[in-house]
Amino acid sequence: MTTATLLSAATLFALACVVLAMLLCTLRLMIGPSAQDRVLALDTLWMCVMVLALLLGIRHGSQIYFEAALIIALLGFVSTIALAKFLMRGEVIE
Amino acid sequence: MLLASLVLLPFLGSVLAALMPQDARNRESWLAIGVAVGGLAIAAALFPQVAAGEVVRAEFAWLPAEGLDFVLRVDGLAWVFSMLVLAIGLLVVLYARYYMSPEDPVPRFFAFLLAFMGSMLGVVLSGNLVQLVVFWELTSLTSFLLIGYWHHRADARRGARMAFTVTATGGLCLMAGVLVLGHIVGSYDLDVVLAAGDQIRDHELYLPALVLVALGALTKSAQFPFHFWLPHAMAAPTPVSSYLHSATMVKAGVFLLVRLWPALAGTPEWTWIIGGAGVCTLLIGAFVAIFQHDLKGLLAYSTISHLGLITVLIGIGTPLAIVAAIFHILNHATFKASLFMAAGIIDHETGTRDLRVLRGLRHKLPITATLAIVASAAMAGVPLLNGFLSKEMFFAETLHVGGDRNWWMSYAAVAMGMFSVAYSLRFISVFFGTPAQGLPRDPHEPPRWMRFPVELLVLACLVVGVAPGVSIEPLLHLAVVATLGEDAPAYDLAVWHGFNLPLLMSVCALVGGMLLYGVLRRHFDLARRERVPLLHRLNGAQAYETTMLQLTRGAEWLLRRVGTRRLQPQLMLMMLALLLIPLLLAGAPPAWTVIPVRGFDPIFAGMWLIGAGCALAAAWMAKYHRLAALALVGGTGIVTAATFLWLSAPDLALTQLMVETVTTVLILLGLRWLPPRIESIAGPVQPPWQVWTRRTRDLALAVGGGLALAALTHAVLVHPASDTIADFFLLNALGGGGGSNVVNVLLVDFRSFDTLGEITVLAVVALTVYALLRRFRPAPESAGIPPQQRFEGDPASRQSPAEQAGSGYLLVPGIYLRLLLPFMGVIAVYFFMRGHNLPGGGFVAGLIFAVAILVQYMLAGTVWVESRLNLRPHRWLGFGLLLACTTGLGAWWFGHPFLTTHTAHVEWPLVGELHLPSAFVFDLGVFAVVVGTTMLMLVALAHQSLRAHRHPGEDLTADGQGGAEGRRI
Repeated sequence: MTTATLLSAATLFALACVVLAMLLCTLRLMIGPSAQDRVLALDTLWMCVMVLALLLGIRHGSQIYFEAALIIALLGFVSTIALAKFLMRGEVIE
Repeated sequence: MLLASLVLLPFLGSVLAALMPQDARNRESWLAIGVAVGGLAIAAALFPQVAAGEVVRAEFAWLPAEGLDFVLRVDGLAWVFSMLVLAIGLLVVLYARYYMSPEDPVPRFFAFLLAFMGSMLGVVLSGNLVQLVVFWELTSLTSFLLIGYWHHRADARRGARMAFTVTATGGLCLMAGVLVLGHIVGSYDLDVVLAAGDQIRDHELYLPALVLVALGALTKSAQFPFHFWLPHAMAAPTPVSSYLHSATMVKAGVFLLVRLWPALAGTPEWTWIIGGAGVCTLLIGAFVAIFQHDLKGLLAYSTISHLGLITVLIGIGTPLAIVAAIFHILNHATFKASLFMAAGIIDHETGTRDLRVLRGLRHKLPITATLAIVASAAMAGVPLLNGFLSKEMFFAETLHVGGDRNWWMSYAAVAMGMFSVAYSLRFISVFFGTPAQGLPRDPHEPPRWMRFPVELLVLACLVVGVAPGVSIEPLLHLAVVATLGEDAPAYDLAVWHGFNLPLLMSVCALVGGMLLYGVLRRHFDLARRERVPLLHRLNGAQAYETTMLQLTRGAEWLLRRVGTRRLQPQLMLMMLALLLIPLLLAGAPPAWTVIPVRGFDPIFAGMWLIGAGCALAAAWMAKYHRLAALALVGGTGIVTAATFLWLSAPDLALTQLMVETVTTVLILLGLRWLPPRIESIAGPVQPPWQVWTRRTRDLALAVGGGLALAALTHAVLVHPASDTIADFFLLNALGGGGGSNVVNVLLVDFRSFDTLGEITVLAVVALTVYALLRRFRPAPESAGIPPQQRFEGDPASRQSPAEQAGSGYLLVPGIYLRLLLPFMGVIAVYFFMRGHNLPGGGFVAGLIFAVAILVQYMLAGTVWVESRLNLRPHRWLGFGLLLACTTGLGAWWFGHPFLTTHTAHVEWPLVGELHLPSAFVFDLGVFAVVVGTTMLMLVALAHQSLRAHRHPGEDLTADGQGGAEGRRI
C-alpha cells in the first residue's frame, strides 16, 4: 500500500466519520429537547464542516480549503453567540 | 447650433428662474424678457435662410441604434409659429410682472412659463415625430403645473387634473398614431413622412393612424367632444390663460394638423373627422360663450369656437382653406391674447370677473376699455380689423366647399358669426351703462407697462386689418409655401373684394348678431340665466368626472376580484401557473430518460440526507417553534456550504457561510419583535375536514412543484453540454479581465454593469428598510423588556450591556472577541485584496467586515459600540456607489465604453510589482456597499431595542464615559 492510497483511504474514513457525526448532530438538532441542545448541535455542525473542509483540502491537495476552514473557525461561532445571547437575554443586540 | 440654442435657451432660463429667491419679481421678469428677446434674436438671425425657402436642419444623435435622431428643423411654418410663441411670450412676461402679486411665489411661475416656452418651441421645431410627441407631452405637463399654480385652490387643482388627463391621454394617442405613421413610412423623420403622403393614404393602416393623430390634436386644441377642459383651465393666472390657453398651446393641435396636412389630408375620412369635430365645436363653443357669466369663461368658450373654425378650415383641406387656417391662427392669437390680458386687467382692478356685476367701466378705465372694444370688434369680425379678413376667407371657403349639396355648411358659418358678434357684445357690455356700485375694489387704470402689451397687440390687429398686404402677407406667404409647397394657391388679402356673397354673409352675421344679443338681453333675461339653454345637458366636465369615477370603480372591482392580500392563494396560483403553463406549451411532460447512476458517493448522500432532513424539520417546526426552525434552517445552510466545498466551489462556500451567519443574526433580531404564541387560543384538536382538504391540496401542489423542479434540473443535467458562455469566460478571464478568479472577474469586469445594478438595488433596499424601521412600532405584547431581562435573580439584569461584557458573565467572550476584531479586519482585507485571482472579492470581504463589527454590537450593546466607533452606514453606501460609478465613468475619459476595465502594473518599492486593475476600485465600491447595507439594516433593527427601552429622562450614557448619546445612525 503506497502513501497516496493510504492517505486516500484515511481521509475517506475520516470523511465518513465526520458525516456520521453530522448525522448525529442533526438528530440532536431535530429532537432537542431543549433549545440549548439545538444551539450546541448547530455549533458542532459548524465544527464538523470545518473539519470536512480540512479533509477535503488534504484529499484535493489544495490550500483554498484551508482558508475556508479558517473562516469557519474565525467566524463560525457568531451564529452560536447570537443564538445563545437570544436565549439568555431575549434579544441579540441590547 | 443656433437652432439648438433656440430650444435650449428657455429651459436654461427656467432652471435659473427656479433658483431665484421668492420675492425676486423684477429679476425674474428681466430674466424671462431676456430669454424671449434672445429667442427672437436667434429666430431673426434664421430669417434670411428661411425666407429663401430653405429648410434649416440640425441633427444630433439620440438613439442611433433605433434610427432616431434629435432633429430640429425650421421651415416657414415653423418659423412663423416660433415667432408667435416668442413674441406673445415676451408680451405675456411683461404683463405678468404687474399681474402677479408680491405674495405669489414667482420663481415657480416664471420657471414653469419658460419651460413651457421651451417645450412649445420644441413642438414647433421638431423634425422628428417621436421627439415632437415628447415635447407635446412636455407642454401638457407645464400646462398642468401652470393651471395648478395656485394649488391651494380646489378649482385650480381640479382644472389642472382635468386638463392634464385629457391632453396627456390625447398625447398617448398621438404617440400611437406617430408609431403607426412611422411603421407605414419606415421613418420618423418629418421630411420623409411629409413626402410620403400618397403612400400613407393608400396604406391599410391609414384610418387608424388618422384617428389616433386626430385624437391627439383634437384633445390638445379643445375640440368637441374634448372641449370641456379648457373652461376649467381658466383657474390659471390670467397670463397663463392668455399665453397657453388662447395663443399658443391650444394651437399646437391645429398646428400639428396643418403640419401633417401634406401627409394625411385629402381623403373623405380627413374631412369628416376633422371637419365634423370642427363644425360641432364652432357652433357649440360660440353658442355657450354667450351665456357665460365669467369674463374668462366667455373668452374660453370663444377660444374653443375659434379653434373649431380653424379646425373646420383644415378639415375642408383645400389649399385656400389652409391659407385661411394659418391666417386665422395668427389673428386669433393677437386679438384673443389681448382680450385675455384686458380681462386680467379688469379682474386685477375691480377684484371680480362676474359679467353680472361689472358695468360702466369705461368711466374708470377709459384706455383699457377702448383697447378691449377694438379687440372684441376684431373677434366679432368687424371690417378693418384682422378678424374680419380671416373670417371672410372662412365664409368664402364654406361657400366653396358647400356648393349646392352641403348648403348647411354656410348656414353654420353664418350662425357662428352671429353668435360671435353676440358674445363680443356681451363682453364689451361691461364698459357701458351706469358705473357699478359695490365692486370689491375701486378700479383705476393699470400701470403703464401692464397695458403696453395690450396696446401693442391691438395695434397689430388694426395694422393687419387695414393693410394686410404689407404687414402680414410676407409672413403668411412663408408659412403657406412651407406647408403647401407647389400647391400654394394665389390669394389676395385685400380688405375690399367688392360686393360678393362672403361680404353679405359678414353683414348678415353682424346685423343678426346684434339683433340676437338685443333679443336675448330683453326677452331672455341673459344676465340671470343660470344655465345654457338647450345645451346644458351637454356637460363634458360631468362626463369626464363620471368616466373617472367609473374607472376608479372598475379598478376597485378588479382589485377585489383578482387581487388578494393573502399570501397563500397567490402562492397557489403562481405554483399552478408554474406547473401548468410549461405543460400546456410542451403538450406533454417530456419522456423520462433514465441516466445511469455514476459514482454514487454514500458520504455525499449522507450529507444531503442531513440537509433535506433539516429543511423538512424546519418547515414542520416553523409554525410554533421559531427558534428551533431557525436552528434547523442553519443546518440546511451549513450542508449547502459543505456541498459547495465538496464540489470544489470554495468561492460559493465562503459566501454561503457568511450569508448564513448574517441571516441568522438578522432573523434573531427580528424574532425579538414577533408577538409570542398565545397558547389559550389554540384551535380544536381535530381540525375540520375543509382544513384537511386544503392542506392535502397544498401538499400535493408543493410536492408537484418540487418534482417539477427536480425534473427540470434533471433535464438540464441530461442535456449534453454545448458551447456555453462559461467557456468564453474561462478562456478570457485572465487575458481579457486580468484575473484568474473567473467568478470575480465576471462580477467586476465582464458583467460589471449587472453588478452596478445589483449594488444599487442593495442600497435602495437598505435605505427602504431603514426608513420603514424608523417608524416601526412593535406590537404591545412584545414592546416591553424580554422576560429574561426582568428576572431579578440574574445579576445581569442590573447591569448595562457594557458592564456585562466588561466584568459580568460575558467577561471571557468579551476579552477574546475584542482581541479578534483586528484579526477579522485583516482577514477581510486579505480576502478583498486577492479576490481578483483567488476566491474572495468585495462581496465576501464586505460580509466578513460587517460580521466583525456585528460581533462587537452583540457583545457590548449598541451604546458602547457607537460611542467608540463612528460608523455611518449611509456614508458607506453613498461612498461605495459613488466609487463604483466613478470607476465606470473613468473609462469614458479614455474613450472607452462605460465600465471598461484597465489593468495597470505598478512597480512599487518593497512590495514589488503590483497588479492593479481598475476593477479593483470597482470592487472596493462593492465592498463598501455591502458593509453599508448589512450594517444599516441590522443596526437599524438593533436600535429598536434601544428605543423600546428608552424612558423619558433616562440617561443614555453607557458606562459613564462621557456624553455618548445613542447616536442616530
